[in-house]
Amino acid sequence: MAVLDIQKLSVSYATPRGELKALRDVSITVPDRKIVGIVGESGCGKSTLISAIIRLMAPNAHVGSGQVAFKGEDLLTKGEAQIRALRGTQISMVFQDPMQTHNPVLTVGRQMIDIQYRDALSKAEKRKRAVDMLALVGIPDPEARLNQYPFEFSGGMRQRIAIAMALMARPALLIADEPTTALDATLEVQIIKRLRELQDEIGCSILFISHHLGVIAELCDEVVVMYAGEVVEAGSVRDVFHSPAHPYTRALLECDPGHIKEKTRNLPTIPGNIPDLVNLPSGCIFAARCPRRFDACTARPAMAEASAGHGTACHLIGMEMTA
Amino acid sequence: MNTLLDISDVVVRFGVRGGVFRSAGTIDAVSGVSLKIEEGQTYGIVGESGSGKTTLARAVAGLHHASEGSILYLGKELRNLPETQFRKLRREIVMMFQDPIGSLSPRLSIKSLITEPFRIQGMTDRDLDAEARRLLQMVGLPPEFAARYPYQISGGQARRVGVARALALDPKLLIADEPTAGLDVSIQGEMLNLLARLQDELGLAIMIITHNLNVVRHITDRVGIMYLGKLVEEGDTDTVFASPQHPYTLALLAANPEPDPDAQLMRIELQGEPPSILRRPKGCEFHTRCPFAQARCAAEVPDWQVKGAAAHRCHFPSAWEENRMEKL
Ligand SMILES: Nc1ncnc2c1ncn2[C@@H]1O[C@H](COP(=O)(O)OP(=O)(O)OP(=O)(O)O)[C@@H](O)[C@H]1O
Ligand SMILES: Nc1ncnc2c1ncn2[C@@H]1O[C@H](COP(=O)(O)OP(=O)(O)OP(=O)(O)O)[C@@H](O)[C@H]1O
Ligand code: SF4
Ligand SMILES: [Mg+2]
Ligand SMILES: [Mg+2]
Repeated sequence: MAVLDIQKLSVSYATPRGELKALRDVSITVPDRKIVGIVGESGCGKSTLISAIIRLMAPNAHVGSGQVAFKGEDLLTKGEAQIRALRGTQISMVFQDPMQTHNPVLTVGRQMIDIQYRDALSKAEKRKRAVDMLALVGIPDPEARLNQYPFEFSGGMRQRIAIAMALMARPALLIADEPTTALDATLEVQIIKRLRELQDEIGCSILFISHHLGVIAELCDEVVVMYAGEVVEAGSVRDVFHSPAHPYTRALLECDPGHIKEKTRNLPTIPGNIPDLVNLPSGCIFAARCPRRFDACTARPAMAEASAGHGTACHLIGMEMTA
Repeated sequence: MNTLLDISDVVVRFGVRGGVFRSAGTIDAVSGVSLKIEEGQTYGIVGESGSGKTTLARAVAGLHHASEGSILYLGKELRNLPETQFRKLRREIVMMFQDPIGSLSPRLSIKSLITEPFRIQGMTDRDLDAEARRLLQMVGLPPEFAARYPYQISGGQARRVGVARALALDPKLLIADEPTAGLDVSIQGEMLNLLARLQDELGLAIMIITHNLNVVRHITDRVGIMYLGKLVEEGDTDTVFASPQHPYTLALLAANPEPDPDAQLMRIELQGEPPSILRRPKGCEFHTRCPFAQARCAAEVPDWQVKGAAAHRCHFPSAWEENRMEKL
């Protein structure tokens, strides 16, 4: 069974210009013991999606419709207290901005001991666990470091501490929003390895957001591609990276400077801008920027199978199959 | 070309207190770094997380005190410059911070944030609405963002607001700490192309700190690799990428994850754990993790050695080539 099964979720923000429709009919499944990555344009709704799952939404956010089933139970119908009980035990979170995790006026040690408040361990044992966890994510002098405040750590150290804290609960589902942006390549690889090991050991599932396509390719089993509030493609990492079906996915992969061997100062981009999420265009959400747009694209494409277990929302799919 | 920034032997020291640190007293987060940035040049700084990159950048921007060494900007000593005098220089030297949302004051609207530099510099003749529109457009955000607050925008959008704010005053030196972390590759390309254009038009020099090696390879002229508060390799970017000499550089370049799930990567495993900055290893400070270390490495500090258009500090720079030959 899927640990997390999101069906047709829509979320909007109230703004002075009208409803900003940040997510529209988003469906994402995270199978048991799998790592699912989400990639997509900046501002396409990844953090909004996460905030809706764990119900830490901005005051002007509103869930229009849909279901967020965690282990078969719809989280959207649960009360605040029930959600709070799940957060930090069953579902752990690494936020995009590590400062959102850390309290600036408490030492890191204090925070790492505090989050173990549910465990029946002595203070010394909790401290020991905190030290072990810091060592596991490669923080030197973990014992001494516990006495320091968040601002005394580097950006990448703060990120690693956030990862360590999220894993301490041994959650069923770990949600990580760009947790490796401040890590150098060697550490990133090491953290990915540790994440995989821990995932195996704890037996959890991971929902992993990143703009680093290389990291997604290396860590994840499956990947979901989002664009302007919709899922445009989903499938195994191999299918999506080797045979991208949606024109947005193709454009995204082509823009990755990792693919460009010749040195250039003029990096490729996707021409055009994302649509205004308050006044949405009708038809395919990517049409204004799509190099392969044709007549059918004035209607909104439904999700269709490109191959087994590999879906995309693009009219080209039907075309290529009939052609 | 003129040297814009000339950093020599800079040390940034922090006091540490409490617990085990009580006996230590201080740490040198930056421990003797020298480098030069020419006008209109892009200099990349890469290196291990916690190696002192942000600390070095903040020292140049006058946000940390450098305990030793000198930081010359157009020949003028910045070290120990009182804040009242540094403020005038902030028109020319600007810093973009590593935490995108955290570095934006939550109580200010995006318009106030990106036009704040004009107010700080007392440039009261500017039409701030027009400037806000111009700056937002420059970084590809719609004008309606002016009225939003930092918590109402996405992480990548906050990053772009940071870019707009940094470029408001047409600086001469931009110090950018992870300017593209959290951006998708298309917008990352847009931001970097924007910087390249400003560089061509205005002669902007850029000191860019980034973990993204693809970015470094494409946009920088020179690169410095940091480890434990020191540079271990430094020089022309193409040279360093084509033939990395220091084993840490080599491990770093080899680690870069490829956007292909089936990529065959020749990785170099670093041994052990990152060393303690409190008890710096003797000799070559990398020897505790170096796959090619020999007895001499634990005893003698390696000197800078020039090779072509780059320089490095390693006793056995070609060990990896022999090692590779053995594996073949
Ligand atoms: N509180 C809010 N009020 C109004 N609009 C908001 C609010 N929070 C986010 N938005 C908008 O909703 C859209 C989705 O934002 P979200 O933070 O989910 O994007 P994201 O995919 O996480 O992007 P990034 O990769 O840049 O972090 C963006 O256009 C953003 O500007
Ligand atoms: N204000 C401070 N007080 C005490 N120690 C500090 C302070 N700021 C940084 N440090 C320490 O100095 C060292 C270098 O930190 P710095 O932030 O410069 O690293 P960095 O190279 O930018 O790393 P990252 O890539 O993770 O951002 C770290 O050990 C850090 O804990
Ligand atoms: S549906 Fe049409 S416009 Fe949309 S991505 Fe496919 S081809 Fe392009
Ligand atoms: Mg986000
Ligand atoms: Mg840093």
